Amino acid sequence: MQKAVTSFTVLSNQALNASNHLLRLRAAGPLLPVSPGQFVNVEIPGGSEVFLRRPFSVFEADAERGELSLLVKIVGRGSRHLCDVVPGQPLSLVYPLGRGYTLPGKEERVLAVGGGSGVAPLLFLSLRAGLAPEQMQVILGARSLADHIPAGHYSRHATLSYTTEDGSLGVKGMVTDHPHFRNLGEFSRIYTCGPLPMMKAIAARAAAAGCFCEVSLENLMACGFGVCLCCIEPTVHGNQCVCTEGPVFNINDLKW
Amino acid sequence: MVNLAVDIKGLHLKNPVMTASGCSGFGTELADFYDPSLLGAVLLKGITPRNREGNPYPRMAETASGMLNAVGLQNKGVDYFISEIYPRIKDYDTALIVNVNGSTVEEYVEVTEKIAGLDRIAAMELNISCPNVKEGGMAFGVSCPGAAAVTREVRKAYPKTLIVKLSPNVTDITEIARAVEGEGADAVSLVNTFLGMAIDAEKRRPLLSTVTGGLSGPAIKPIALRMVWQVSHAVTIPVIGLGGIMNATDAIEFFLAGASAVQVGTALFKDPFTPLHILEGLQKYLLKHHFSSISDLVGNLQM
Repeated sequence: MQKAVTSFTVLSNQALNASNHLLRLRAAGPLLPVSPGQFVNVEIPGGSEVFLRRPFSVFEADAERGELSLLVKIVGRGSRHLCDVVPGQPLSLVYPLGRGYTLPGKEERVLAVGGGSGVAPLLFLSLRAGLAPEQMQVILGARSLADHIPAGHYSRHATLSYTTEDGSLGVKGMVTDHPHFRNLGEFSRIYTCGPLPMMKAIAARAAAAGCFCEVSLENLMACGFGVCLCCIEPTVHGNQCVCTEGPVFNINDLKW
Repeated sequence: MVNLAVDIKGLHLKNPVMTASGCSGFGTELADFYDPSLLGAVLLKGITPRNREGNPYPRMAETASGMLNAVGLQNKGVDYFISEIYPRIKDYDTALIVNVNGSTVEEYVEVTEKIAGLDRIAAMELNISCPNVKEGGMAFGVSCPGAAAVTREVRKAYPKTLIVKLSPNVTDITEIARAVEGEGADAVSLVNTFLGMAIDAEKRRPLLSTVTGGLSGPAIKPIALRMVWQVSHAVTIPVIGLGGIMNATDAIEFFLAGASAVQVGTALFKDPFTPLHILEGLQKYLLKHHFSSISDLVGNLQM
């Protein structure tokens, strides 16, 4: 797979809520092919305070316009600095990295479950899957309405539903409290991305229902392209790099 | 044009910029970005006699101007390398150098004998400096008798260029360098990582599963540079310099300190193109300062 270190220009930096920013970037030159679940490794601007790049899954990729967007959740120094970028500023990206989700076939009935900023690759997946909205059920989970990522414009590609822990939007509770989880037999594929406990709970439900399930991991990594061997995940095939064998794994390959 | 070619005791390099072992996989990962044949040499990921899963996660912690790692020589063993990896990389038009590891002298020799049979492996780097394994590794590299013993036996089993990679976790690195030179090493490469640690103060836990790990990156460059300078004055064999090299200026400093060639490690994680940027900067520097050959720069420190 062809990979590159490319300078992008920040087109916009929009605060979606207190902890998530949407960055729109344009590549200098043509955009390499990117699929849902793949990620980019971003050099953090602002000098040497943050040494390593930071990985983010791709939210949207528009090859015609040469644009990428990233959903950045502020969790530490790196993401905080990144959310300070202004339009016109250059950003260096190593991309495209990793293996994304297995795209569903035309007859599949899909349940995609995103927690917090984990909705990004799943909304991208809903665009690329090209299924009727009733075949593509997406649950977007958040702590409260204030943390929710606006995604209404995806309703042409997917049927969106919401859960919040405080009940301020959609079903009250965790994503697994959503009624879809009482009828998992209706789905042929489950895709998820979000906090580890959430993905583990979903994986357990999928395994019990015998349903195909892919999860996206975000182990700490240095290089992002398979040379440092830092981001390993124990799998049935031995320790594998999340950055090259993943970040998307079928739950049957994991030792969860 | 300037002459960038280097000869290290029979090892011919088209240019003096190599990757460092453990930072460039088996070269195939770099090939997704550019042709590895542009490099002076590719140092392959450390190989042991048998499969090793390495240390548990987490294995990495970012630090000020650098990082700690505790990978622990994860690899599928020398037989897997020979049957599955070597055929995929043997046609790269660059020097391929195998980094050899073991828990005992016998294990080092076992890997060496198998690697010695591979035509396209130009040289071997004997790793007596891995800080992340319980047995062998750095244990050999921190004492003169240990370093001498493993070098002596491997030397007998390997006819081509033998490089010994030194640990900086010693009181006097020049003594170790002299010990391996005395046992027939063709060159030394230095430095491997510095033993370090990092703590999560809130959780009151170490950040690495192994508690300690190897520190690399620009944080270690001044110490690595000092050690290269000291060793280049202590031995007559060529010195290969590494430790925090991020750009052409860093590399030039290592040549001036006495390195005949350099390796780029942690910088690859930030930008896999770093060795090519260094080559470009190196040529510009040599032209600007009217040097016709990289060898004019080696040890050319004005005191």
